[in-house]
Amino acid sequence: MVRSSIVTLYITSQSFPYTHSHYQLLSITIIPTKMSSEASTITSEPPTTAVVSIGSLSTNDTELTLGLPGGNSRKSGAKRTFSVTTDLKLGGTDRSSLECSVVRRSPSSKEQVVGWPPVRSYRKNMAKSGCKYVKVAVDGAPYLRKVDLELYSGYQQLLSSFEDMFSCFAINNVMEEMKLMDPVNGTEYVPTYEDKDGDLMLVGDVPWKMFVESCKRIRLMKNSEAGSSGMYKSQLT
Amino acid sequence: MLQVFEARLFELVTGEIGSELVAGRIVMAISFREEVLEHSWYAIEWWCQRRIFIGNCYVVSLAMKIRRFPEVRSVELKWKPHFADFNLVPDGWGGYFYPWICEMARVYPLLEEIKLKRMVVTDECLELISKSFKNFKVLVLSSCEGFSTDGLAAIAANCRHCCMLFASWNLRELDLRESEVEDLSGHWLSHFPDSCTSLQSLNMSCLASEVNFSALQRLIARSPNLKTLRLNRAVPLEKLSTLLHRAPQLVELGTGAYSAEIRPNVYSNLAEAFSRCKELMGLSGFWDVVPSYLPAIYSVCSRLTSLNLSYATIQSPDVTKIVTQCPNLQSLSVLDYIEDAGLHALSLSCKDLRELRVFPSDPFVADANVSLTEQGLVAVSEGCLKLQSVLYFCRQMSNAALTTIAKNRPNLNCFRLCILEPRAPDYLTLEPLDNGFGAIVDHCKQLQRLSLSGLLTDLVFEYIGNRAKKLEMLSIAFAGDSDMGLHHVLSGCDSLRKLEIRDCPFGDKALLDNVSKLETMRSLWMSSCSVSLGACKRLSQKMPRLNVEVIDEQGDLDSRSDNSPVEKLYVYRTVAGPRLDMPSFIRNMDQNPTCRRYSLEKLFSE
Repeated sequence: MVRSSIVTLYITSQSFPYTHSHYQLLSITIIPTKMSSEASTITSEPPTTAVVSIGSLSTNDTELTLGLPGGNSRKSGAKRTFSVTTDLKLGGTDRSSLECSVVRRSPSSKEQVVGWPPVRSYRKNMAKSGCKYVKVAVDGAPYLRKVDLELYSGYQQLLSSFEDMFSCFAINNVMEEMKLMDPVNGTEYVPTYEDKDGDLMLVGDVPWKMFVESCKRIRLMKNSEAGSSGMYKSQLT
Repeated sequence: MLQVFEARLFELVTGEIGSELVAGRIVMAISFREEVLEHSWYAIEWWCQRRIFIGNCYVVSLAMKIRRFPEVRSVELKWKPHFADFNLVPDGWGGYFYPWICEMARVYPLLEEIKLKRMVVTDECLELISKSFKNFKVLVLSSCEGFSTDGLAAIAANCRHCCMLFASWNLRELDLRESEVEDLSGHWLSHFPDSCTSLQSLNMSCLASEVNFSALQRLIARSPNLKTLRLNRAVPLEKLSTLLHRAPQLVELGTGAYSAEIRPNVYSNLAEAFSRCKELMGLSGFWDVVPSYLPAIYSVCSRLTSLNLSYATIQSPDVTKIVTQCPNLQSLSVLDYIEDAGLHALSLSCKDLRELRVFPSDPFVADANVSLTEQGLVAVSEGCLKLQSVLYFCRQMSNAALTTIAKNRPNLNCFRLCILEPRAPDYLTLEPLDNGFGAIVDHCKQLQRLSLSGLLTDLVFEYIGNRAKKLEMLSIAFAGDSDMGLHHVLSGCDSLRKLEIRDCPFGDKALLDNVSKLETMRSLWMSSCSVSLGACKRLSQKMPRLNVEVIDEQGDLDSRSDNSPVEKLYVYRTVAGPRLDMPSFIRNMDQNPTCRRYSLEKLFSE
């Protein structure tokens, strides 16, 4: 069974020498340079490429994502950051500070600066953080689990946690589909959720933050029930 | 054990003394003789030798306090620069409370109150507090950091310890306003012993984790004097009515999360519980609001003088509905979801309003997500005749609006405007906002605090220097064209105490031309400006009674040329010489620190 592991990276703030203003390391995206056809993996070799974004920590929550090389796997939205690429040697899950040779790409039109606007960190933290516990039901499982959506920074992390929680699963993340698979019997599970309006939705259609806000409960639906006939085309990026 | 700075003097700010010091008050005003120290700010007043307020760090000496104030009952310390609130002051800068508490524990046995702002307070400090003062009553930690809930447990538990040894130890106030606490668990609250019945004020709103609810309930039930209770977000709404039933005497309440599944019995319990709180005058909290539950507070609205909805992500109609039912409102904090319409309604309903704070709901997005403009503030300035204090975040402003506001409300004493986009011009004329702010300082003659934003040239500083004679605190960001701007301020603002500047083209000349002004001020902060390292050194040479600290995290200060610009500069007056707890990325520019140490005895023997 193939497992993916996400390396925890220590995100630090550092002042960027190129301009007057100060920037903070925004996020680090690990991109495996080799992709298996079934699942994305990160192991300690071969070396992987990391896309390091520098911007303000306040625009987006920090995200660790897995994505295809050459592209930014995140939805950018109104991102005002610029990115650098660097080579990383990943070894396991411990924190390691990055040795980056930072190559600067062209900055976006507006950069955000530290401490502006002058909103206190306390207020920023209070406004966005909190517990968002939702129930997770798996078709056929005897009891439900609960996860705190605030702990995750993106869909991949969430799915990984399902992997851990329901040990029979493996993330089956091929190109545009986000599914979980029980390798023992080949059953696929489609992650769905119930939103504020009570509608059953497919996980992954909307930006992560919007999902966190609107998700009331999660259901991992057996693919036979979800209908793998191609009625719905996934539009996950 | 700790470094005792040689003491000289410290600054006592008048006006901090409350009415309880009426009986037996001894006021001594002591001025130092001219030949010792030339400046009038060295005048000191002792009030019963009981209260000490130190408005800036490192000016004071512990030794001096030890010798002079054994009767101290109350200590209030403010430490880090204000811009620390916005992450401009690096970690490790300083402000450690530990050396202080070690000395205080030793020599102030009668200490009853400790109030700290922007300090680093560790669990060891809290433990020391809990063990050292038999009459300890009040602990306020405002925007502090470095402690965890374990430390709080020590404070809570000390009642137990002290009750065994002394007759009376009763905590009256524990206020953690906006501190960053390492939240290890909610169990700390359970450490309050059953014998603790004296609590009057508990503010734990900054804590994330759940406290033991039954412990909280019991604590509240046995605290008949509890007047202020600010819960944290983790206290669920369904349980709020239970708490309110046990504390109908509350004057100030901060709710927890204001959301629950919609159930009629929860609502009716809540509404009924609120209606029994006949003394309630202040409300806050309101995280995660479910609007359907808001009408539960309507019964108290008519009495409210203070309302903080700045965490409530509710839309304009819901906010408006509440505020328009609060005719006695004096202080309101909201998010910009209130929009212009809500502010207009506010201006018609709340004629007693003194203070308005409007915070941005989405500060990092350029495009407006809400319909809040300068018009909202104009409306409030027209309708609320008693308006004195404004903090307003918005995305557009005009000179015309500012002028109107100024003419409407000449009684303003605090005006802080933050236009989210740096250097944003008057959106109507595309001109700088010099004239608008000029009108503010022209009409509002009592203005004590001003924060500028938007596109501003040196002209606005000329206006400020000429007109803002009562101004004590000025905050400037992304403004000005040249050194003249800073020069106008330093040479013109007679009452200036605190000046904080970021990202402005102010440099050496203005600084060095106004060195003596800096000694009349409490502090000056400049970051990302055009001040050179050489100028900092010269400043320090010229003014031995100033600590000129250069903060530079790039780590090679010693090898930099004198022409290189400094990242951050913090200047403050002191008689204690360079502080001894600076981290490696901060340098004091004083070349000869030892020469400046006067001896305490000499100073006070005259």
